[in-house]
Amino acid sequence: ACKCGRSFTSPRLLPPTRISPRTRSDVDEGLQPDAPPGAMLARRTVGLVSRGGPPLTPRSPPGRSVQRMMAEKVLTVDTMNSCVKKVEYAVRGPIVLRAVQIEKELKEGVQKPFSEVIKANIGDAHAMGQQPITFFRQVLAMCSYPELLDDDRFPEDAKGRARRILQGCGGQSIGAYSASQGIECVRQDVARYVERRDGGVPSDPDNIYLTTGASDGIVTMLKLLVAGEGRSRTGVMISIPQYPLYSAALAELGAVQVNYFLNEERCWSLDVSELRRALADARRHCNPRALCIINPGNPTGQVQSRQCIEDVIRFAAKERLFLMADEVYQDNVYAEGCEFHSFKKVLFEMGPEFSSTVELASFHSTSKCYMGECGFRGGYMEVVNMDPEVKAQLTKLVSVRLCPPVPGQALMDLVVNPPQPGEPSYSTFIRERKATLSSLAERARLTEQILNTVPGIACNPVQGAMYSFPRVTLPARAIREAEERGQAPDMFYCMKLLEETGICLVPGSGFGQRDGTFHFRMTILPPTDKLKILLSKVKDFHQRFIQQYS
Amino acid sequence: MYKPNMLFHGMVQGLERPFKHLIDISLGDAHRGGLQPITFVRQVISACLYPSLLDSGRLPIDVKSRARNLLKQCEGESVGSYTATCGLPKIQHSLSEFISRRDRGVPSSPENIFITSGSQQALMLVLRLFVHGKGSLQTGIMTPVPSSPLFNMALSSLGGAMVPYHLCEEEGWTLRLDEMRRALATARRHCNPMGLYVINPGNPVGQVQSQKSIEDVIRFAAEEKLFLLADEVYQDSVHDPTAEFVSYKRVLHEMGPPYSNTVELASFNSASKGFMGECGLRGGYVEFVNLDSAVMGHVYTLFSTEACTAVMGQIALDIMANPPRSGDASYTAFFEEVQNRRNTLNNNAKRVQETLNSLDGMSCQPIRGGIYAFPQLHLPARAVAKEAGVAPDLLYCMLLLEEMGLCVGPGSEHLQRKDTHHLRYITHLPDEPIVQPRANSY
Repeated sequence: ACKCGRSFTSPRLLPPTRISPRTRSDVDEGLQPDAPPGAMLARRTVGLVSRGGPPLTPRSPPGRSVQRMMAEKVLTVDTMNSCVKKVEYAVRGPIVLRAVQIEKELKEGVQKPFSEVIKANIGDAHAMGQQPITFFRQVLAMCSYPELLDDDRFPEDAKGRARRILQGCGGQSIGAYSASQGIECVRQDVARYVERRDGGVPSDPDNIYLTTGASDGIVTMLKLLVAGEGRSRTGVMISIPQYPLYSAALAELGAVQVNYFLNEERCWSLDVSELRRALADARRHCNPRALCIINPGNPTGQVQSRQCIEDVIRFAAKERLFLMADEVYQDNVYAEGCEFHSFKKVLFEMGPEFSSTVELASFHSTSKCYMGECGFRGGYMEVVNMDPEVKAQLTKLVSVRLCPPVPGQALMDLVVNPPQPGEPSYSTFIRERKATLSSLAERARLTEQILNTVPGIACNPVQGAMYSFPRVTLPARAIREAEERGQAPDMFYCMKLLEETGICLVPGSGFGQRDGTFHFRMTILPPTDKLKILLSKVKDFHQRFIQQYS
Repeated sequence: MYKPNMLFHGMVQGLERPFKHLIDISLGDAHRGGLQPITFVRQVISACLYPSLLDSGRLPIDVKSRARNLLKQCEGESVGSYTATCGLPKIQHSLSEFISRRDRGVPSSPENIFITSGSQQALMLVLRLFVHGKGSLQTGIMTPVPSSPLFNMALSSLGGAMVPYHLCEEEGWTLRLDEMRRALATARRHCNPMGLYVINPGNPVGQVQSQKSIEDVIRFAAEEKLFLLADEVYQDSVHDPTAEFVSYKRVLHEMGPPYSNTVELASFNSASKGFMGECGLRGGYVEFVNLDSAVMGHVYTLFSTEACTAVMGQIALDIMANPPRSGDASYTAFFEEVQNRRNTLNNNAKRVQETLNSLDGMSCQPIRGGIYAFPQLHLPARAVAKEAGVAPDLLYCMLLLEEMGLCVGPGSEHLQRKDTHHLRYITHLPDEPIVQPRANSY
């Protein structure tokens, strides 16, 4: 994958520190307004004098050798954990930091060719105006403030849910720690949901772990999987393009990232032949043990066919790979003829030869689908066929972080156990859910359609998830200029787009792509009218850019 | 780890027992122990969750304005949106002002504050920066004994080495420099000590460090080139009227240069303890002092991979930092609830200490702060014989659980000096009378 060079970690791209009046002098001293956090305090404390307070025990100041020693910090880029330095996360990376800076500048009255920054970089539906599901928020409000249980504005079914959830909480409060694995009745409800979703395939609540968003579960599993040294160091297969949480976690763990390329010409489908190639290559220098797949895909938006999922399972079984199925977008399926098939369901339908042997972890979250409740950090993972001793270690490992936020657990309970036909809240719930999902489907279609009218931009159908990942053809001159600046060409392109239009996208290099190709990821989340404006601005920008650099 | 708790749960299945119900006083969880949440906190949260409540007459006017302000800070005015990586800027700002007020005006910068999922996530974030290496290069972190089992687990799960330094029980669990020097010198033979973890007020031991003690520790850290990790989550729980919580940051600042501008410090706090007790909401933060700016950039990137802290937890922190003030509609009720809570906890701590000290074979150092009592068990030789291959204090706990239905924690979870045995009781409970007779008679 094309790396973005030094500019990612350059302090210049970090946000300006908030300058309180006390420290105006630091600005006058010429400190860069976009210095990284911490720099201000480091500069500021040089001038600090003891500010009174009770008299200290008289003591001679430290000797000169100690003073010299003290001048070198304990924690520097040389003494810190070197793996951490390799971590990058484009979704909240330099381009976003620049976008935040621009927002501040706009607020301060700086003139720009646009009046607002549009953050089409992050899969945050509510930020773009999507409304929460009423029922969920009613129940959660009552869980937080149980006095509301006697309020007539809330329907009986919502009250019943709130009471049930509170019963499962210590001291009947969402402020109590839950068990590390998650509130028991919630895990039971998750298991029932999974069974219903998968046509009756049994699910054991003991195999369900509630997590802080899906990311928590994914990182925990990777921690368990990564071991070995040198040639036996664990390799983890991940799609290119991928969601950069995976690459970040693998970098921090010092694992080997084994890339398998999705097929852009065929709508980002997964070819088992490519899996084989990647695996064979990897075996020469590491010990590949896991295969991660995101379905529906992020950033690519493809929804894998059932056949493809079977092929992947067969491959994992044959090559003895632990399967990690990231299914957080499972309700976000838009395209005709596409359908979400859970890995677990397909696994079990393939019969005992596979269903009793293939080790699988599936991940879900409250952040996406029709809920879009990112701020709750709700999620779960289900483990299948995990070795019991490993599972004991997993249970121990999750206890280190105590427990996931209880409101997120409560929300997950409602997601897996929504209003049923006949219940008072059912019709509103269904209406809201349908409206959200069909609106997303429409925006997915619109995005693909409009982007494909731009010469030099090619967008695969957005079959699911929340993003388009179009390919952009960049003129050679632009590529050269980018390289001279030490920037990835698509970062150069996106930065210019941001500065000229206020639209924040994430360059494809942040997700990985075939060498010599360039992409950007844009969410489909802005409301339809805004999305149309956005897309036309992107179109205009692209045409200007091509002209400027041809 | 929480084995008594597992026994506890296993026992609930309708067995004949000489007691009616189980009382778990082993865990540091106020709400589970029966303490009620603070009304204002929950009203604000419910209004943020369901903004239609803002139009009702149900909620006081200051609750509504706080909720409206918070919602305005959120993208799309929804608590369901992600926030900035380090938290909502307004809440970072509230925290920085809270810290500055607490520290008698020592400046605090919002950009040095990272809002995290409980202090535990913050601790792990900082440890991940440090901990690496193998053999003699393995990062070591000095940790107090008795210690926080969670911290020890976190450290070992990251592959770090624990460098234990014993607190001095006879002196009321003080930190002794001679002991810390001994521990460090020993550790340097087999690992690379880089950090010094202190807990003040103490967990589980409940000591509150004097300003002089903190200065000594800071000086020690400076001389020995150790990064200071100051776990101050119990700062709101000081029971002894003669003791005062003073933050490491304030002392560092008051020591002046070169200490104040060189010693690297990370201070941790949380909404899980103190008068809020909102453990389940997962709101915590770390404030960095004198962190290298290049390292700070990496901290930010690392933390960004975890998206952001749950918004409910952030809201709890905002209220902790910026509670209702005199004149606000909710002030009187709020103040009363907080005072009641504080009085209950202070009284409990006193009574637990008195009671435990009155029992034969138990001695308890003064509980100056924190939420636990950590008495020493002076067991007869027979009990120490370890028949079941079980640590004596764990055996005691199991017997106490089976015979009296009282769940307390064994000292062995926290590590302790060889051949000493302790128990951990939480002092949080609102209903002390039930607990005392049971503990007494046992």
